[in-house]
Amino acid sequence: MTEPQLPPETPAEDNESAEPESRWTAFMNDLTGVNVDWRSALLVPVLAIIAALAVSVVIIVVSDIELWREFSLSALGDAIGQAGSAMWALFTGSFGSLAAVSSTLAFSAPLILAGLSVAIGFKAGLFNIGAEGQMLMGGMAAVALGITIDIPVFLNVPLAVIGAMIGGGIWGGIAGLLRARTGAHEVITTIMLNSIAGLAVIWMLSTDFFQPEGRQDPVSEDIAVSARLPRLLGFLDRNDLRVHFGIVVALLAAYAIYWVLFKSTIGFEFRAVGFNPDAAHYAGMKVTWLYVSVMGLAGGLAGIAGMTQINGLLYRASPGFAAGIGFDAISLALLGRSHPAGVVAAGFLFGALRAGGLDMQVATDVPIDLIGVIQALVVVFIAAPALIRAIFRVKTGEEIGQLTTGWGT
Amino acid sequence: MTAAATTPDAVIVRTPAEIKRSRYLGITYLFLAVVVLWFFARWSVDLGNFTFKLARPTDPSAPDLTLSAGRVTLIVGVILAAMGGVQLARGFGKMNNLVLAIGLFLFIFAFLGWATAQSSIGAFSMVGMMKTTIVRSVPITLGALAGVMSERVAVINIAIEGQLLGGAFVAVVVASPLTGGEDPTLILGSPIGGWIGVGAAVFAGMLLAWVLAVLSIRYVVDQIIVGVVITIFVTGMTSFLALRWLADNPELNKGPIFKSIGIPLLSDIPFLGPVLFDHNIFVFGSFILVAFLTFLLFRTRWGLRARAVGEHPKAADTLGVNVYRTRYLNVIIGGAVAGFGGAFFTLGSVGRFDENMTNGRGFIGLAAMIFGRWHPVGAMAAGLVFGFADAMSQTLGILQTGIPSEFLGMVPFIATILVVAGLVGKARPPAADGQPYIKQ
Repeated sequence: MTEPQLPPETPAEDNESAEPESRWTAFMNDLTGVNVDWRSALLVPVLAIIAALAVSVVIIVVSDIELWREFSLSALGDAIGQAGSAMWALFTGSFGSLAAVSSTLAFSAPLILAGLSVAIGFKAGLFNIGAEGQMLMGGMAAVALGITIDIPVFLNVPLAVIGAMIGGGIWGGIAGLLRARTGAHEVITTIMLNSIAGLAVIWMLSTDFFQPEGRQDPVSEDIAVSARLPRLLGFLDRNDLRVHFGIVVALLAAYAIYWVLFKSTIGFEFRAVGFNPDAAHYAGMKVTWLYVSVMGLAGGLAGIAGMTQINGLLYRASPGFAAGIGFDAISLALLGRSHPAGVVAAGFLFGALRAGGLDMQVATDVPIDLIGVIQALVVVFIAAPALIRAIFRVKTGEEIGQLTTGWGT
Repeated sequence: MTAAATTPDAVIVRTPAEIKRSRYLGITYLFLAVVVLWFFARWSVDLGNFTFKLARPTDPSAPDLTLSAGRVTLIVGVILAAMGGVQLARGFGKMNNLVLAIGLFLFIFAFLGWATAQSSIGAFSMVGMMKTTIVRSVPITLGALAGVMSERVAVINIAIEGQLLGGAFVAVVVASPLTGGEDPTLILGSPIGGWIGVGAAVFAGMLLAWVLAVLSIRYVVDQIIVGVVITIFVTGMTSFLALRWLADNPELNKGPIFKSIGIPLLSDIPFLGPVLFDHNIFVFGSFILVAFLTFLLFRTRWGLRARAVGEHPKAADTLGVNVYRTRYLNVIIGGAVAGFGGAFFTLGSVGRFDENMTNGRGFIGLAAMIFGRWHPVGAMAAGLVFGFADAMSQTLGILQTGIPSEFLGMVPFIATILVVAGLVGKARPPAADGQPYIKQ
């Protein structure tokens, strides 16, 4: 391998920026108490989002089938109009009302948790594509607890969190163990574990333990009411305010991961392994154990993400309950530069895309799958700032560099 | 090591890793022997015979293979136990992998025999299963070939899944309106619009590969991330377009299906004929591509240069090989192969596109490339192993063994994990794999 570059700088360590501090930066630093070069930290992500949205407008227009059937200026106008109202629906559906904001926050919770799962992997030089499968396993653990145990909510919810962490953690730990002991690359093993988890869920939902009596389709019994994550805006007594306690769990987890990564010894070891496994080994760190614990922790976080889907939103399991969140988490972690704070911000953005995407599909017939395209484009622009430089003619910070390792290591 | 090499009867020197692996293998054989004897043989005594059909009604005739389940499982169990003993005592040296293959073959044979004998049908079509093996191996082999082409020049290609999916979509969207219910000109028994669809799929694969190449070679972005992002992009894009175009216009999602072509004479051979020589162009295409790419990589000057770029780009550059051009070219050739493999999913089998229909086959192809040690022939062999795992889970579903179908569906994925975990020993990737090259 070439020398791996240092993983993206963290805001906390990024205080010796060469550029003179602008007034805006000084203001933001005073405001937040964190000393960061805000311009370089935010410029690329913001421009990347703008560029991705612009490309998606082009995609909506070009993919209008009427234009292909018979081209006319009025058809082109219609297509542009549709793209415009799609973007508007994307915005109003995510920030336009209290219900929209609540929906954005509800979608953000599992996204932030799964994003943290991928991010912590990147910090240790491991590419966890398995968040989807780990979510499924964590979610099923939460279902198993939720349908059997009915204790007061302040005990039952923490129990669900712990159960989900263990369920997802084991699933992630398998990949870590395989990587550490046999060198099997986590990219392949986690993808395979996703497929295996998907089938395992379908099987589990056909067993008597999970399936409600008299049902033949793959669906579980409802979890106990005491296992549900409380709705944060429940006191307003409106059905459409779905934001639940999961977002609090997600923010607490983000802070915990920040602390683990940057303030604890084991977090230092995680980053050391990510930076250079050989050096970490020679420094006396147990690389095998670190790989297992990183993947176990990553799996645990994704497991909690699966739990928020079940206990916060659906209240029962059906085969697709992870809903692709585990894959969105990859783009999300890259957008957030694998830093917990970045992941939270990116999680809100992706939550907004999911919430707005639903409105967009209903209001304008533009399929919600467009948001997957937007996310992929954002990551391409983030990962190749040279493209951003070329499009917007601005100066930007460093390239991301190598985050993962190839097969040979 | 030198002493062992010069004196013929010296004890073979084994590294600790080899000894450990040998021990694992020995225990595995003993375990399999116990499974065969305890579960299959014990139950098979009163089950009577099983029959493997070596011909279907339309095939050239071949006799059925009927054996006694009790006897077969007993014999296989004893052989496996003996293999385990020898493996633990002294190992098989260079024959290790061959013996492993034989052991697994015997185990699967006994398992299938038991499964057949216990089912109410008592017989199943071996021709059908072998044919399915070949057909199911095609996209995996082609995906693995795309990986080989790209990784031999040290560009990691995780976008194979995206290239397959993109090819599948483009093929059907281009071919459907061109053939639209009419019966147009046929080339090799298939409508010309279908061929144009295949061409478009190849082009789509090349386009996606070009994006991979630009981002990883010119913009030096982490190659694994680029690959995953391209796959996410294609998954989103094809689902988006499938809903936007195909849902309301079913006539755009009704592609021609390439018909099987029997090769004269060869397809009349009993058993082997229908299994190997009666397929559509995707199967024959993958055979030809394996041979052609092997020749290209290992028998031409161009191939030598390409491999040099993958092993030591700086040395290759010093000797006047254009590293960047070689990388672009190989990655794009790989994309063409994957695009062709993508067309198989629609035009080669069901004729219509469904969201995410490749279902991880591209990633299994990646494992097949590693299993096949970055060699086209190895890639095909690995593809066949995965194809067999696929076909066997299908067969066992028909035989109703009582094993839930979800577990049978897991077989190819578990096999992939075992393969990359080094069941067959460690393979060495091209030395510069995954490293960007920056010319000084």
